[in-house]
Amino acid sequence: MADVALKNITKRFKTVTALKNVSFDIKDGEFFVLLGPTGAGKTTTLRVIAGLEKPDGGSVLFDGQPVDHLTPSDRDVAFVFEQYSLYPSMSVYDNLAFPLRSPLRNLSKDEIDRRVRETARKLRIEHLIERTTAHLSGGEMQRVSLGRALVREPRLFLMDEPLSNLDAKLREALRVELKHLQKAQGSTTLFVTHDQIEALTMGDRIAVLNKGSIVQIGTPEDIYDRPATTFVAQLVGTPRINLHEATREDDTLHVVDSTIHLPMPGKEALPSSFLLGVRPEDVQIHSEGDFPGEIVLTEPLGVETILHIKAGEKTMLSLVPGMTTLRIGDQVRFNIIRQRLHYFRLDGTRISV
Amino acid sequence: MTALEGTSRQRSITYAAPVHKVSRRARVILAIRAFLTVIVALIMLIPVFWMATTAFKSRADAVAVPPKVFFKPTLEGFVNLLAERSVLAQARRQEMQARRDELSWIQRIALDAGTEIIGVSQYVGRLRNSVIIAGGSTVLAVLLGLLSAYAFSRFNVPGSGDLLFFILSQRMLPAVVVTIPIFLMYRRLGLHDTHIGMILLYTVFNLSLSVWLLKGFIDEIPRQYEEAALVDGYTRLQAFRKVVLPNALTGIAATTVFCLIFAWNEYAFALMLTSDRARTPPPSIPAKLGRGGIEWAAIAAGSLGFLIPVVIVTFALRRYLLRGVTFGAIRQ
Repeated sequence: MADVALKNITKRFKTVTALKNVSFDIKDGEFFVLLGPTGAGKTTTLRVIAGLEKPDGGSVLFDGQPVDHLTPSDRDVAFVFEQYSLYPSMSVYDNLAFPLRSPLRNLSKDEIDRRVRETARKLRIEHLIERTTAHLSGGEMQRVSLGRALVREPRLFLMDEPLSNLDAKLREALRVELKHLQKAQGSTTLFVTHDQIEALTMGDRIAVLNKGSIVQIGTPEDIYDRPATTFVAQLVGTPRINLHEATREDDTLHVVDSTIHLPMPGKEALPSSFLLGVRPEDVQIHSEGDFPGEIVLTEPLGVETILHIKAGEKTMLSLVPGMTTLRIGDQVRFNIIRQRLHYFRLDGTRISV
Repeated sequence: MTALEGTSRQRSITYAAPVHKVSRRARVILAIRAFLTVIVALIMLIPVFWMATTAFKSRADAVAVPPKVFFKPTLEGFVNLLAERSVLAQARRQEMQARRDELSWIQRIALDAGTEIIGVSQYVGRLRNSVIIAGGSTVLAVLLGLLSAYAFSRFNVPGSGDLLFFILSQRMLPAVVVTIPIFLMYRRLGLHDTHIGMILLYTVFNLSLSVWLLKGFIDEIPRQYEEAALVDGYTRLQAFRKVVLPNALTGIAATTVFCLIFAWNEYAFALMLTSDRARTPPPSIPAKLGRGGIEWAAIAAGSLGFLIPVVIVTFALRRYLLRGVTFGAIRQ
C-alpha cells in the first residue's frame, strides 16, 4: 500500500476543462472519498490516477515518486468500474484469476488458485466460482468485480461508484462489508460516489468536487458541520439544509420574508446581507417555540418525519424523531438551535464567526 | 461465449413453446407465410438446381429440347472440366473399347464421349490460383482491417473521419472503370498476372469493407474491458488479444465471409489483369464456351464446384454469424 498525492492536475477534453488544478493527498491505509454530482470530474480523476487518462498539467505521485510516465499496468493499482467490469466470456474463477495471470506477475498456478479461493471466501462468492458472469445477479457481479480488485495486493484501490447500480438493501450491506474489508486489510482506497450517505458513512476523509475543482477536503464531521460553501452544505445531508437569505440589523438576524427574527448578540462580523443555513434537525417543534409557522407537508419515514413548516413566505424543513400526530394546516411553534447556524456570503462561501 | 450460447438456447425454447397456443387464425396465417416462403425459395433455387443437374448431364442431355428432368447422371462434365483430352480416331477407339475393363473409371467416362484423357486440364491450376488469391487477400484484409478498425475505434486518430471516408471511397468506383489504369500500372510494376498482384488488389478492395464492418463490431465492445485489463497488468496488445479478440469473433467471422465471397467471385479484374499464371476460374469458366462447341455440362460443373468452397466456409462460420444478432455486452 502506498500514499498518493495529486499535484495541480488539470485535464481538458477538447474545449471542456474537466479538472482544474486538483490537488489532494491520500495517506497510507486511508479510505478517501471523492464526492460530487454527475459531471464533476470524479471519474476523470480516477482515470488520471490509474494512467488511463493523460493529464494536461500537474503530476501524480505514489509514495512521493512521480508515476506520470508509467503505464496503467506498471502503476499497480486496482480499479473497480461502475459497470462492464467483468469479462462476459469467462467464468467467475477466470475473471478473478485474470489479474493474477498477467505476465507481469508470473505467479504459479497453485498460488493463483489459492488467492482466487481466498478472495472468493472473503467476499462470500465461493458458490459462484464455476458460473459464467451472464448468470449472476447485479449484486453478485459487483462482488466478483470487487474480488478482481481484492485478489491482487495493489498499491491503491480505485473504486468508481461500485455500489450505485445496486438496489438499496444490497447497497447498505455491501457498504458495511467494504468498509470492514478496507479496515481489515489497511488498504489505501479512493472511492468515488455521488451519494453523500456513502461518503459520510465510509470515508475517513472526503474531498468534495464541483465542476472540476476541489471545493473542500475534510473529515465527514468537517464536511457536515463546517461546509465550506453553500454547494457543500446542500450536497450533504438529507433532507437538505434550509438556506435562506437573511439580513442583520444590529444584534438581530432576520430571515427575509419570514417570521424568523433571531436576536444574536456578538455577530458583528456578519455583513448586513448574507445566507443563513439551518440543518433540518436543528429546527425543533416546541409548544413554546420562538417562531410561529404552519405545517404544509409531512413526510413520515418511520424512524423520523420531515415536516415542512411555512414561516411567513419561507418554508423550513424540520426533522423530528418517530412518527408525528401533526397534520397539514396545523399551526405550530418552533425553535432554531442557535449554536449550529451556518453563515455564508452571497457568493456562497462560508463566514466563520 | 458459452454464456451467450446459453442465452440463445433458452430463448429458442421460450420461442418455440407458445406456437402451440396461438389461435387458429394465427396458425393459418403462419401456414400461408410458410407456403409463400417455400415458393419464393423454390423460384430462387431454380437456376441453382438447373446448374446442378446440368453438371451431371451428358453432352446430348444438356442441350435436349424439351429439357430433360429425368436423365442418366454422368460425370462427363466434371471430367471434361478437369482433364485434358484428345479426340480418338476410329481405330484407336475400338482398341480402347476392347480393353475397357483395364481402364480407370475416369478414362471410361472419357471413352464414352469418344475421347482419351491425356493430362490434367488448366482448370485445376486455376482453382488453385483462386484458393491462393482469395484466401491470401481475405486473411490480409481481415487482419489489417482488424488492426485499423481497432485503432479508429479506440485511439484519437487525427482526421479519422476523412480517413474513414477515404477508405470507404476505395470501393466506390466499379471495377471496370479502374481496370485500365491498374492494368497499365501493373504492367509497369511487373505485377500483371501474378498472385501477389491479385492478392494486393483484392486486399485493397476488401479493406474498405473490413475496416468499416469491424469498426462497428469493435465499437460495440465496451472500452472498460480493455481498461480493466490494462489496469490488471496487461499491455495494450495483450489486452487486445485476450479481451477484444474473443468478443469480436462474430464480426471477424462475418467480415471473413464477405471478403472471401468478393475475392472468390471477382470477375472483371481477373479477366483484365491475369492471363495464365494467376488466372482464376471466374474468367476461365466461360472460356469453355469457345473450345470445340459449347460444353454446357463442363460449364455447369465448373460453376457448381466453384460454389462449394464458399458455401462450406459460410456454413462453418454460421454459428458466429447467427450470434451477431444476439451480440450484446453484459451490463451489471
